[in-house]
Amino acid sequence: MLDANAGHYQDDDELVPAAEPHAAHAPSDAAVETQADLSAEIKAIGEAYARALKDGGAPETQPRLDFAPYRSSILRHPTKSLHHADPETIELYSPAFGHQDVHALESDLTIQHNGEPQGERIIVQGKVLDGDGRPVAGQLVEIWQANAAGRYIHKRDQHPAPLDPNFTGVGRCITGPDGSYRFTTIKPGAYPWKNHLNAWRPAHIHFSMFGTDFTQRIVTQMYFPGDQLFPLDPIYQSIVDQDARDRLVAKYDHELTSPEWALGYNWDIVLSGSKRTWTENEAFGDAGDEE
Amino acid sequence: MSKLTPTPGQTVGPFYGYALPFNKDNELLAPGSAGSIRLQGTVYDGAGDAIPDAILEIWQPDAEGKVVQRTGSLVRDGYTFTGWGRAAVGNSGVFSFTTVNPGPTEAGAAPFISVAVFARGLMNRLFTRIYLPENEEALAADPLLSSLDPERRSTLIARRDADGGLTWDLRLQGGNETVFLDFEGASQ
Repeated sequence: MLDANAGHYQDDDELVPAAEPHAAHAPSDAAVETQADLSAEIKAIGEAYARALKDGGAPETQPRLDFAPYRSSILRHPTKSLHHADPETIELYSPAFGHQDVHALESDLTIQHNGEPQGERIIVQGKVLDGDGRPVAGQLVEIWQANAAGRYIHKRDQHPAPLDPNFTGVGRCITGPDGSYRFTTIKPGAYPWKNHLNAWRPAHIHFSMFGTDFTQRIVTQMYFPGDQLFPLDPIYQSIVDQDARDRLVAKYDHELTSPEWALGYNWDIVLSGSKRTWTENEAFGDAGDEE
Repeated sequence: MSKLTPTPGQTVGPFYGYALPFNKDNELLAPGSAGSIRLQGTVYDGAGDAIPDAILEIWQPDAEGKVVQRTGSLVRDGYTFTGWGRAAVGNSGVFSFTTVNPGPTEAGAAPFISVAVFARGLMNRLFTRIYLPENEEALAADPLLSSLDPERRSTLIARRDADGGLTWDLRLQGGNETVFLDFEGASQ
């Protein structure tokens, strides 16, 4: 049923209306599907998952690739099962990054322009660990996000909310020896998108990470605790398991909060397990050295 | 095996364009430099339409089959081959890299380029491989390729272009759907 209609969704379905300061903020090509329609679809999938769990099914720890409430996924999810493969040589390593690639100041998103960005200053800190709980050191972490008003500096984002001349929303860092990362930034705002009528994304920061193996590569989104938009968002809800969803929500950390400066959030990221043994790892030599 | 449950992935969304791409991200070597080739292709959705908002990463050994562990992928000096690159597809859905033919990492092994693909509408990254079309014997002996049906196997093998480059198209869905890989032993 959905496939027959799929073409309907393929064009520009995440664009918001062009900015028209004096126009009523209703999309001119108003999607006929409402949040209530989408929420009903999400609820049905959630109930089917709950039944499967009750019948002894395994918890799903990753998002569903086939999750029709996120309309853009309909033509973009593989229909065949992923093919199991044993990682081979190149896949057992990942690219090396170092301070040559990333400047230390890139982890502070509030100092990239001449003035102070608007919004609520925050510190986001955590550790990158592998599936065995080992810190993933010396690895690239990239983040990007909307500004405090929910606007991205992207030509396709025409949400009629102000751009902030003092905020780009891009940061990078290299993890420390204990796998730690730390960013200073601005809390992003929620923003509308055109998946359906009155669709709003919960505030989030996009994270991109490698690991010691290319098979550990991950791009994900960090959310903020207590967001009222969680039950309504098809992207967050594409993870059908509540425990798994909770892994994407940062914790407010008053110890990390900096007095008279910034609120602190803590979020650890767990990559999949490394397929390499320590001996192979050590025999390879230090990153950056010619073999 | 894993003691901790991995963090779930999420879609890269449509707005990575000012964050993930960087200067010379798709040039593992300077175009025209000795031994360099162009690797190109198009990313398609299930309707057969080219996708304008996908981003690909490749990771490969050098021409001798050595896994390079050199830094300098984000801030390239123009000379150091690090083996990693990133390319956002353009409005036409086409991606392009300048790289080298990967060498076999072990004697007799079929050389390949490892790929991670991200897109708006794609809930989690997908992994796949690009094999070189030459050396039928090595391709026939490859553990992954030999485990696939013949028609699906062909989705992982690039074509050799007249200029010495490689063309490899990626189909997220549909009749000629690219084979995507799961390294964890259980799909999703």
